[in-house]
Amino acid sequence: MKQMAAVLGVGQTRHRSRRTDVSIAGLCREAVDRALADAGLGAADIDAVVVGKAPDLFEGVMMPELYLADALGAVGKPLLRVHTAGSVGGATGLVATSLVQAGRHRRVLAVAFEKQSESNAMWALSIMPPFSMPLLAGAGGYFAPHVRAYIRRSGAPEHIGAMVAVKDRRNGSLNPYAHLQQPDITLESVRSSPMLWDPVRYDETCPSSDGACAVVIGDREAADAAQAGGRAVAWIRATAMRTEPTMFSGKDHVNPRAGADAAAALWRQAGITDPLEQIDVAEIYVPFSWFEPMWLENLGFAAEGQGWRLTEAGETEIGGRLPVNPSGGVLSSNPIGASGLLRFAEAALQVMGKAGAHQVPGARTALGHAYGGGSQYFSMWVVAATPG
Amino acid sequence: MTYQEDVAVVGFAQSPVLRHGEGTTSGVEMLVPIFAEVFRATGLAKGDIGFWCSGSSDYLAGRAFSFVSAVDAIGAFPPTAESHVEMDGAWALYEAWVKILVGEADVALAYGFGKSSAGNLRRVLALQLDPYLMAPLWPDAVSIAALQARLGIEAGAWSEAQMAGVAARSRASALTNPQAQVSGETSAGKLLEQPYVAQPLRAHDCAPVGDGAAVVILASAARARELCPRPAWITGFEHRIDSASLGARDLITAPSAAAAASAAGAGDPAPDVAELHAPFTHQEILLRGALGLGDGVRVNPSGGALCGNPMFAAGLARIGCAAREIMSGRAGRALAHATSGPALQQNLVCVMEAR
Amino acid sequence: MNQPLSAPLEIGFDYTRSLGPTLSRFMSGLAERRILGARGADGRVHAPPFEYDPVTLAPPDELVPVGPEGEVISWSWMPEPIEGQPLEHPFAWALIRLDGADTAMLHAVDAGSPGATRTGMRVRARWADETTGHIRDIVCFDPVAQGPAPGPERAGKAAAGEDAAPAIMTTPVRLHYQHTVSPGESSFLYGLADGRLLAQRCPVCQKVYIPPRGACPTDGVPTADEVELPDQGVVTTFCVVNVDYPGQRVAAPYVAAAVLLDGADIPFQHLILGCDPAEVRMGMRVRAVWKPRDQWGTTWENIDHFEPAGEPDAPYESYAHHL
Repeated sequence: MKQMAAVLGVGQTRHRSRRTDVSIAGLCREAVDRALADAGLGAADIDAVVVGKAPDLFEGVMMPELYLADALGAVGKPLLRVHTAGSVGGATGLVATSLVQAGRHRRVLAVAFEKQSESNAMWALSIMPPFSMPLLAGAGGYFAPHVRAYIRRSGAPEHIGAMVAVKDRRNGSLNPYAHLQQPDITLESVRSSPMLWDPVRYDETCPSSDGACAVVIGDREAADAAQAGGRAVAWIRATAMRTEPTMFSGKDHVNPRAGADAAAALWRQAGITDPLEQIDVAEIYVPFSWFEPMWLENLGFAAEGQGWRLTEAGETEIGGRLPVNPSGGVLSSNPIGASGLLRFAEAALQVMGKAGAHQVPGARTALGHAYGGGSQYFSMWVVAATPG
Repeated sequence: MTYQEDVAVVGFAQSPVLRHGEGTTSGVEMLVPIFAEVFRATGLAKGDIGFWCSGSSDYLAGRAFSFVSAVDAIGAFPPTAESHVEMDGAWALYEAWVKILVGEADVALAYGFGKSSAGNLRRVLALQLDPYLMAPLWPDAVSIAALQARLGIEAGAWSEAQMAGVAARSRASALTNPQAQVSGETSAGKLLEQPYVAQPLRAHDCAPVGDGAAVVILASAARARELCPRPAWITGFEHRIDSASLGARDLITAPSAAAAASAAGAGDPAPDVAELHAPFTHQEILLRGALGLGDGVRVNPSGGALCGNPMFAAGLARIGCAAREIMSGRAGRALAHATSGPALQQNLVCVMEAR
Repeated sequence: MNQPLSAPLEIGFDYTRSLGPTLSRFMSGLAERRILGARGADGRVHAPPFEYDPVTLAPPDELVPVGPEGEVISWSWMPEPIEGQPLEHPFAWALIRLDGADTAMLHAVDAGSPGATRTGMRVRARWADETTGHIRDIVCFDPVAQGPAPGPERAGKAAAGEDAAPAIMTTPVRLHYQHTVSPGESSFLYGLADGRLLAQRCPVCQKVYIPPRGACPTDGVPTADEVELPDQGVVTTFCVVNVDYPGQRVAAPYVAAAVLLDGADIPFQHLILGCDPAEVRMGMRVRAVWKPRDQWGTTWENIDHFEPAGEPDAPYESYAHHL
């Protein structure tokens, strides 16, 4: 029997390429302190902590939850550290949610972070053991061929990627926490930016950011108390996670089955039969702009091969039928370990009515989505303004 | 303790712990045979597992995302619900247990693996320490344990002779454990004749470096009895963490172990047998005290970590070995302990019983 | 049966760690050859300082001077120092409670021998000739005879003061591994040394994997059946790489393509040369260009790149399911 859980508070850092003003603990605390303040709680109210981050090699600290126990107020408490590649932020939110749903704890703090400027993300991702195939390209080079395959399969016009980039960066300029602030970006400027891994251009790719995100998740009683005190909460209506291998014969890299299966399970759990109609806003993990139409199809918002039409018609803008990434998304801020939790947190902010300048008016039901690895780990949740 | 659902351990397998395993740091070669073994024993197939969770660390492999390759061993297609902790598999088991509690699975599998022989384990563990104040000095894991050992010796909490006694007893017990790396008949006296390796620790006081993997299967009440004639029912499953500041916390107690044990109802009633994840002899003595284990409790019939310490699997293996005591009928109530971090910083306790 | 191949894997980076306000002040103090501690809400002085108070979780209000002498509260002996440790000759690790502090600091004591080391002994910080604001500004601690402590050390070269802007410290991390490949990959690499492309078939799904993996990713069983493949196939998809990255071999622009060898059931990524990148297309047939035989080893690099085979393109339907 699953108990109810809700987001009581959200916090995040000002994401930047290098947060040289804080230590690793300081970066986490900035997000955690904001989340606790947002929830009207103190550290003593937290029963357990879940930490998520991507490879330890980025910061050169092995199992950093050990060092962070003191700063996070976790001494004497249960502390878990999850790591599911780029989707880890999402997995962090889901594990914290499960702890509350299982009746294990009343209030759990989920915090995900990355301080990748301590090293260099490209270096960490390029370490090839001996006898490996020589590395031919960075992360973008891994995904660009699949983007090409999507364009071929769907017949999408080539300006779709640029449209997503413009939308997400302009949205980012409405979000004071976003790393990239580009209110004046245009289709022309994106389409004339350098081609990095044809067909993916520079302005269609995510930045490398230092940043953290924290979410406080509580049980029914905690959520009711918050609402009675005049604080908004975001009820967690459904959660799903699925994994498939990075590489296997016949893998669909454009429309991975693990993502589609997770989404199907998610909608079923949430009682959603028409996602495009019933979801008011979606925060989707789009690190390269073409992933927006690809994930719209993978998630079931559009039929296969048709996702780009929603983008092209402007339906994924704030004001459209399905605003996607009003926060600016991963294209505007990408602290790798935190990016997934940021999607989950921004979805919660929307239904709590706390998204400020990037609020989608009247948002009542939202999707948060994260993926990681070679399109192999998928985690997602549906949050809503009512318990359902 | 009462939890939302009754969950039991119904299967356990571990690979032989070898000084130099033949497999890779991705763990696949160690995992495939033990998955086969535990599926044979329970009659399960990979498609029956509702949730998978693994524990491992990139720093043993020297590669980012090293756990990703291990997913090949599970045959994760059609896609599965799966997750990973960068911690000992005991915490992966905890996450799997929670998934059964919430009803998202009725059978779950946790695995852990580590190929310590690929690198220099005692050196790389220095990276677990405070990155500003301690790690840049590269204090190795054995030296940290030795500092803790001396504090206890000088406080009268344990002695070098008692530590040697733990080692001798463990090695003798390990004679019945075909997976153990180290075993044999010896005496505390003989062991004490050996030189120090990190005074006050001698070689026998330290777990050997080795490679290995472990897997545990959990099932809900609805499924457990069809998979195992004598499931090990989990009555308590708790974990806590202490401060990372080695100079600020009392290193000869383990408050987090005591708190986890208390929350898990460990002493109520006392277990027949306990499997303690103590990579150093003095830590077993410390933990016996922290967990409130009296002299009547059999400790580490498997030989414990002192006889085989596959990193990121050793804690999970303690839970498996303790469960096996119940599944085999040798015990009615068992306690398992797992640890993470330097000098017993983080501790997990799992209490199981026969019904 | 050949032994699985293994080779060293070295990982190194000079991590740049920003310190934040509290540790910046502490490290600035070290640069000035002063050790600072933090007074907690419970009155205890922590040296080194905590970033966040154990009780209140707030950053410390004030940092107070402690040391430079203190007492060893525990020690262990390091007979063969490991790379990166404070001293290269045998030394003692110690927990040292500096005068004025209530907690201990971890560092090295150059005691000379275990016989000369004991709990309770007095030690004093030995400073580096040049200090930079790093924990290694303290080289180690030296035993001191009983008696009054000497006066304060002369100020260090990198004077910073308590109001210094948050600083950054650099920590080099060098790790050494021996990386081993799986038996399947080893067979594959030994095959490459003979100019052969040896794939493996999964006994359950019958798919042919190249390069072979530890287990079939969809069935979780070893893929033991060897299948030799020709060194030609089809580009299923690709990108044109225009950007530099660490360790690249060929100057941009070049094509990184997914190459599906004839008879394989999964593509792998490889380099396409021998034509203008703009000529490469999905479905293009390619063949391997090997390095001269005398340069071959147990490595993928025996194949330098793939080039257009000059044959008609493969129909889309023949490779679409690999996209």
